[in-house]
Amino acid sequence: MKIVTRSLAIVFSMLLISCGGKEEKKKEGFSVDRKKTTEKPVETKPATDEVPASKRITLDEKGVGQIKNIDLPETIDDEMVAIGKSIYETNCTACHKLDKRFIGPSPRGIMKRRSPEWIMNMILDPKLMTEQDRCAKDLLVEFNGAAMANQNLTVEETRAILEYFRTL
Amino acid sequence: MRKYSFYVLMLLGFSALLSSCGNQGNKSASNGALSSSAAEKAYIAPGEHDEYYAFMSGGYSGNITVYGLPSGRMFKEIPVFSQFPTSGYGYSEETKPMLNTSFGFVPWDDAHHPDISQTNGELDGRWIFINGNNTPRIARVSLSTFETEEIIELPNSAGNHSSSFITENTEYVVAGTRFSVPVPQRDMPINEYKGNFKGALSFISVDPEHGHLDLKFQVIMPGFNYDLAHPGRGKSHGWFFFTTYNTEEANTLMEVNSSQNDKDFIAAINWKKIEEYVNNGGGTKMPAEYAHNVYDEHTHTGTSTMNKEVLTVDPTKVPGAIFFLPTPKSPHGCDVDPTGQYIIGNGKLSADLTVHSFDNMIAAIEGKKFDGDAYGIPILKFEDVLAGVVKSGGLGPLHTEFDDKGNAYTTFFISSEVVKWKLGSWEVLDRQPTYYSVGHLMIPGGNSAKPFGKYVVAMNKITKDRYLPTGPEMEHSAQIYDISGDKMELIYDFPTHGEPHYAAGCPADLLKPNSKKIYRLSENKHPYAVLNPSEAKVVREGNEVHIYMSTIRSHFTPDNIEGVKVGDKVYFHITNHEQDFDVPHGFSMIGQNTSELLVMPGQTKTSLWEPKKVGVWPFYCTDFCSALHQEMQGYVRVSPANSNVPLTYTLGE
Repeated sequence: MKIVTRSLAIVFSMLLISCGGKEEKKKEGFSVDRKKTTEKPVETKPATDEVPASKRITLDEKGVGQIKNIDLPETIDDEMVAIGKSIYETNCTACHKLDKRFIGPSPRGIMKRRSPEWIMNMILDPKLMTEQDRCAKDLLVEFNGAAMANQNLTVEETRAILEYFRTL
Repeated sequence: MRKYSFYVLMLLGFSALLSSCGNQGNKSASNGALSSSAAEKAYIAPGEHDEYYAFMSGGYSGNITVYGLPSGRMFKEIPVFSQFPTSGYGYSEETKPMLNTSFGFVPWDDAHHPDISQTNGELDGRWIFINGNNTPRIARVSLSTFETEEIIELPNSAGNHSSSFITENTEYVVAGTRFSVPVPQRDMPINEYKGNFKGALSFISVDPEHGHLDLKFQVIMPGFNYDLAHPGRGKSHGWFFFTTYNTEEANTLMEVNSSQNDKDFIAAINWKKIEEYVNNGGGTKMPAEYAHNVYDEHTHTGTSTMNKEVLTVDPTKVPGAIFFLPTPKSPHGCDVDPTGQYIIGNGKLSADLTVHSFDNMIAAIEGKKFDGDAYGIPILKFEDVLAGVVKSGGLGPLHTEFDDKGNAYTTFFISSEVVKWKLGSWEVLDRQPTYYSVGHLMIPGGNSAKPFGKYVVAMNKITKDRYLPTGPEMEHSAQIYDISGDKMELIYDFPTHGEPHYAAGCPADLLKPNSKKIYRLSENKHPYAVLNPSEAKVVREGNEVHIYMSTIRSHFTPDNIEGVKVGDKVYFHITNHEQDFDVPHGFSMIGQNTSELLVMPGQTKTSLWEPKKVGVWPFYCTDFCSALHQEMQGYVRVSPANSNVPLTYTLGE
């Protein structure tokens, strides 16, 4: 695990360095040039999908990561919701607001667009997801390259957040 | 699944590398140094880790630098006694108290001798201690967070040099004064030094659980210079040994006047006996003033307390606890071998090393074979305690470290070399030049009961032509020798930061698993922490404005603040909401009369700004945190002192 984290950190810092180069160029121009430079790489251009990633329904996709299958019981566990809400407020609200699109998308209605597995995988390892999951990759581009932060939550904590999302 | 298979692959790769390294080591041991490549031995491939940590004192930098061995790569500078703009240590409101002393805020010191905590004489990797030489202080640094957690000032001390060395179970960290001074300090003629000045040896207890320091007692010794020290271990556990010079008690032209006696002393102190005396109510409390500064990992805040009293011990009141061992020529290094049997005193003006025997010392004490006394402290006979003399042929012996095979390694300052010799037979086995004028040397665990005798690092005082010249001032050079074979082999040369006097090293595996990656936001107890971005706010209290701010890649909450006035004291309390390894955010404000801050994930730090000019002033993140780092900024509107602009704070509105 540690080695994985470390190598990810290295890859990430390399990404940062390469981004750095681009940022330098950007500084030379006026801010109106900004759109030009952030619309950069060919590889990230959505190939066939015309629908923006945030609007797509990908309920069949489980994403990439340690969560393979989640069976949601009929009834919502209120206790878990309370825990999940509190974890969400501390760790996520800097970027995700309920009532608006902010740094990232609002979690409201996410259960209608994404599978429980996909949601948990995205929270648990956003780096892996944006590298290997098509929808996550497109979301990163759609949201301005603002990579989702890994908040080092446990599977249990992430599951609680998912339960909270069921109530939104 | 993917993750685990990756993990397993990496592990296999690592172990393959490790085993191949092992083979190389064996080969060189059997075939001699010439058949191996020095480059291979010091080379750590990209992404791989060193085998040992080395912690070097920074000397006049006041800090500790962390290196890997054998690569000589520097990983970190840990701020201890000096303000450090790189992280904001000593500049942030939370860390300013760490540098408080009875003389007020002292933003610097001269850090000399780090020592890693021990259990049963072996390195346990919990803390590292280091001394501040100039304004006498001892610091404790966590080896989990690599942050300075505690600094205690020492009264009655000056030139805190025979410090900081710890006892076998980290019962005490011990600190001796190099310069004797009037105790207590008073207005008196300097030339009345002799017989009136005193040398305080401080025994600071270490709380076994939290490491908290407490100045338990000071032994008030005759006015010599107490130069270096090391603890007894194994059979000599319970004793502490200090080299002395200037037993002449000269107070001027020391270069000549304190080199008159043929022999000075090693002071042997039975601290267990003194501890018992003190625990039974012995000793005299005297007024003193010294700061005790403690940093709390959960409030992320240091507090400074001024202590008013110290317990002193008159050595003549505890018979049988303190003896002097005559040792030739102003001994400097004072080193004890891993078994605790030999005490090596290196007469810095001599060519030979003097080795005393602990058993002989005990026998001489029991036989009461004294050769007079100095200020009531019995002097043992040189011949009675001597175990042997190492006739090295070198000049200016300073310090000795040990391997795990019964060998000792001594540096020679004047003849610039490391000499390897055998404990017991005293024969010289090998000698290698250093570049140049070596001071201390370090073998990981080399001053414990369990050394790891694979590498020795020589820390030199003079660099001259070793690297590309950089003007009159150069970083000091260090050399790494492979000592796994019969002969020492120089494998690498590297510059060090400041002036490393001494270093402490340990196997990487001792620290790696415990090294903290983030501070948990849920454990943050800072009174100004923002644990949820919705709690971010700005509060005015008179002319103080407190900004409760949070950060995450890549914005500040709030990032637009209005209603601040010229003459206000603005405190930015910044909580980093990241919970991912190695994602700090920085903070800096235009025109601020302090340094930037670097806030670690889950941590809260406070930066003070006193705006002097009306306008709209930007602040920004100083640490390249994400692709949108350049966007991580905000504005504060500063209005005239008498304005009525309401206090507002927003983000994204």
